[in-house]
Amino acid sequence: MLRCGYALFWLLGSVLLICVVSPVKGEAVVTREGSHLKLSESSHSNESQHGHSSNITGIPIISFKWHHVETPYLVAFWVLVSFLGKLVIEANHHVTSVIPESALLICFGFILGGMIWAADKVQTFRLTPTVFFFYLLPQVILDAGYHMPNKLFFTNLGGILVHAVIGTCWNAASLGLSLWGCQMGGAMGDLDIGLLQYLLFGSLMAAVDPVAVIAVFEQVHVNDVLFIMVFGESLLNDGVTVVLFNVFDAFVSLGGPKIDAAEIIKGIVSFFVVAFGGSLVGLVFGLLISLLTRCTKNIQIIEPGFIFVLGYLSYLTAEMLSLSAILSIVFCGMCCQKYINANMDENSVQTVRYAMKAFANGSETIIFVFLGISAIDKVIWVWNTGFILLTLLFVLVYRFIGVFFLTWILNRYRLVPLEFVDQVIMSYGGLRGAVAYGLAVMLDENKIKEKNLMVCTTLIVVYFTVILQGITMKPLVMWLKVKRAAVTEVSLLEKLTNKMFNHTLVAIEDISGQIGHNYMRSKWKYFEENWMSWILMKPSARKKQDQVFDVFHQLNLKDAMEYVTEGERRGSLEFVRNENSIIDFKKKSESESFDINNANMSNDHGAMSTTSRDPIPSVSLEMHEQIMKAVREAEAINAHHLLDQHLYKSRKQHRHRFSRSHFDINRDEKEVQEIFQRTMRNRLKSFTSAKMGVKPPKTIVKHTQKEQQQKMPNGKSMDKAKTSYSGDEGPNSVSFVHPAGIENPAFMPDLDPMDLLQIPPWLGESELDSSMVALSHRAQVDLPRTPSNLRRLAPLRISTRSTDSFTLENIPDTQQMDTQEEFLQSKLTT
Amino acid sequence: MYNYKHYCKNLHKYIHIVDVCFFTVSQEQIKNLYQRFQQLSGNHEKISRDDLERIPALNNNPIRKQIITAFFDKRNQHQNDVGSLDEIGFEQFLMVMSHFRPVNSTATEEEKVTVRKQKLRFLFNMHDTDNDGIITLDEYRTVVEELLSQSGAIETEVARSIADAAMLEVASTNVHSPHSRPRMISMKESHLSILNRFRWINIFSMMSIRFLDMNSATMRCGKLSS
Repeated sequence: MLRCGYALFWLLGSVLLICVVSPVKGEAVVTREGSHLKLSESSHSNESQHGHSSNITGIPIISFKWHHVETPYLVAFWVLVSFLGKLVIEANHHVTSVIPESALLICFGFILGGMIWAADKVQTFRLTPTVFFFYLLPQVILDAGYHMPNKLFFTNLGGILVHAVIGTCWNAASLGLSLWGCQMGGAMGDLDIGLLQYLLFGSLMAAVDPVAVIAVFEQVHVNDVLFIMVFGESLLNDGVTVVLFNVFDAFVSLGGPKIDAAEIIKGIVSFFVVAFGGSLVGLVFGLLISLLTRCTKNIQIIEPGFIFVLGYLSYLTAEMLSLSAILSIVFCGMCCQKYINANMDENSVQTVRYAMKAFANGSETIIFVFLGISAIDKVIWVWNTGFILLTLLFVLVYRFIGVFFLTWILNRYRLVPLEFVDQVIMSYGGLRGAVAYGLAVMLDENKIKEKNLMVCTTLIVVYFTVILQGITMKPLVMWLKVKRAAVTEVSLLEKLTNKMFNHTLVAIEDISGQIGHNYMRSKWKYFEENWMSWILMKPSARKKQDQVFDVFHQLNLKDAMEYVTEGERRGSLEFVRNENSIIDFKKKSESESFDINNANMSNDHGAMSTTSRDPIPSVSLEMHEQIMKAVREAEAINAHHLLDQHLYKSRKQHRHRFSRSHFDINRDEKEVQEIFQRTMRNRLKSFTSAKMGVKPPKTIVKHTQKEQQQKMPNGKSMDKAKTSYSGDEGPNSVSFVHPAGIENPAFMPDLDPMDLLQIPPWLGESELDSSMVALSHRAQVDLPRTPSNLRRLAPLRISTRSTDSFTLENIPDTQQMDTQEEFLQSKLTT
Repeated sequence: MYNYKHYCKNLHKYIHIVDVCFFTVSQEQIKNLYQRFQQLSGNHEKISRDDLERIPALNNNPIRKQIITAFFDKRNQHQNDVGSLDEIGFEQFLMVMSHFRPVNSTATEEEKVTVRKQKLRFLFNMHDTDNDGIITLDEYRTVVEELLSQSGAIETEVARSIADAAMLEVASTNVHSPHSRPRMISMKESHLSILNRFRWINIFSMMSIRFLDMNSATMRCGKLSS
């Protein structure tokens, strides 16, 4: 054990050195994670050793108790090392864009392993099956299940299942039989492996590894269908492989002669029991989680924990019942995702997401590093050229044959057939990984003489597929011009049209009297909405379930955020003022709207007049004056609102109280409020007085200038909006320009009385947070407006001019619908 | 059960339609459809609105009205006709159904374009109720409201806002529309192509149905007649 320690220190020193000398070599740091794995093994012996090492006579001031902390220390240290390794690897994008991260991590593992070997002359750290299957794999799979795009998965479920079950069996059988045949033919020299053992080997080599597949495909961005086919297959066939492995393992233990038809049938039955039983356990736990999260309102801080703990428990339970643990945790994640996302608090959902990713990514890193470390071990290396090369060849060839054959069958039933290039990528994406290695290590040396050869072959296949195929995957995808996943923005239109499609298809199936996918889906959805959601979801959450609405909400949030950022950037007051001026114009065009032609004319006129720099017609002045008196008081109130909402909030944020169970800002500090209100009142007074001295025509929008400004902070979306807009709407926008712009907001408090009717953008946003649609009480009282406020934010994102959507916001209540429509029209028609 | 004689007599005609419109539908499938047609119409030669409205499975469908209307819309008959029919025969029925055919992998690029256009047109016609070639905001709102009416959580007001926002999205993508009419946000027919700009209109997968070989019509026959 001491050796361990020394090796570790040596490692640390050298790694630090390496890090300093050359960042690239720093990858070596990752290797330490290996010790993490070994630790759990060695920990038993440690415990017996440490504790009584002291023969101290007096009271020591400081004592060095390495053994006391050794195990957890090493674990933590290895985690740290692998993370550092990842850090170093990811620091350089030139390398990772060519070589996938997983391959780099494995290489990093080689280096670390070499260092340990050099220090200890023995490989102290290895990836053990226990550590791998109990501590590293579950979170990766849970993450995969939890983030599974359910609809896509179930749409392609048929294909995935065919590949996962039949494909895997085919791979296992063909590999085993071919190798056996080759041995019979004398291609591999003298090996003590029987047919059953070959089949066992075949079954452990058969599975495509989800960890490796995700790692590679994540960076390649192939299209959705292809991705889900490969990924779904790799997830499900893990379960299949483990089952196959267990069955063959049992057969091997039984020995050839004892296997009769009954045993084989038992094997087949157990296959189904294990697979479906595992999925069932997962479903049950998923439902359990969903139910639990219904009532965790009062323990929000720890509610994310339930998902992890119960997910892990589902894994362990399945393992305990000797069912497929992997399938169990996959289905657990898939089943609960919808409900917990709806039930839990927004923050908790985020926490779950991030924690899930953190765990998964972390253990993925550790897994790869340890795969590398494990290689540097003289004990396992038994070379048999024939066996190893033939395995490699067969693995590759049979994968291709299997995929092409199965896809050929599937394509006869698929609406959109998988293309040839897709099939190539699917075949080529058959990466083997840590699951195969874990299973290989689990082989019983007493029963299988050539265990080391198998382990070493497995490792070589893993390295070959992950490193070589991983590296060549990207060029291949490019070269074959595989359809890539398009980067898309969410859009309402998309959701609506999708919904439309779905309903149409269901209706057509109904009319034509078929029972097809759409029919099934609609039935399931109906059942799900009426029963499952009712049981598993909070009543409050149920309302928000509509997808379209969800997108709408998201878009609104996004707009609101941009709006606020914009406001903050420009200084909120000026922002408000600008809005007003646009309203003015808005009002004007509306008043003219009885005569459309007229309005158009004025638009045109405005466009013309831009050159003459005398743009805004006098109408706005009149409007302004008319409204001025009536609204003066209201204006004050509104200003109060704006400021109150805005400024007070920012204050609040600084007032945290420490509490382990609550994140609240302390609200009950009345003094603060009191002081604040007084200040506010003072300020308001100064505003009103300032306003009196102000001349009305200052309703200025410096549109062109503003637009340029907008581009900068908001990055792409604004930018895009701008360019798309500039094409046709140029004249219209120019018509807003007022030459007499006044720059200093301080001297120009809200000119326009109208603003009392509008909801300040940030107000709208804060409400979005709390209640989606409904306005806060205050807002409802003071501003008798409907949720339609929020809608007006939506256009902002895509609308050609963001300011336009602001104007929409400002239109008074009664006329809002009409005005808006007209406004939109005028906008569009130009 | 069904009117077999009539079916046989007209088979050649149907097959012609099939040749024109369906690339991938077999005779067997046509026969199934014919059976279903007979079943819906109660062994008459024509089918009417009421017949379709009586289908129980359609009751849950929020856009049931639009769908049924689409069946009786002359625009969906691949002829340059406008207006709506009271009754349709099997031929017209097939015509409408043909909008949902999947596309052969062997189809040429040109055929694919045509089919895509037809599918989009069908969808467009469902929105454009007064068939002036323009989907106005009002028309769109109506559809969206009905579409969203199913889930009780969304009120009409919100549905309207969603429709508006979606329309604005259209408007913002719709760059080249110098002459569109005032007072109307419209999705013009000529701009159907904008729909293509979105990745999601993988129209072939979105709007195709695999017409089954087996006779599943009879499977639901009992339900219908009961």
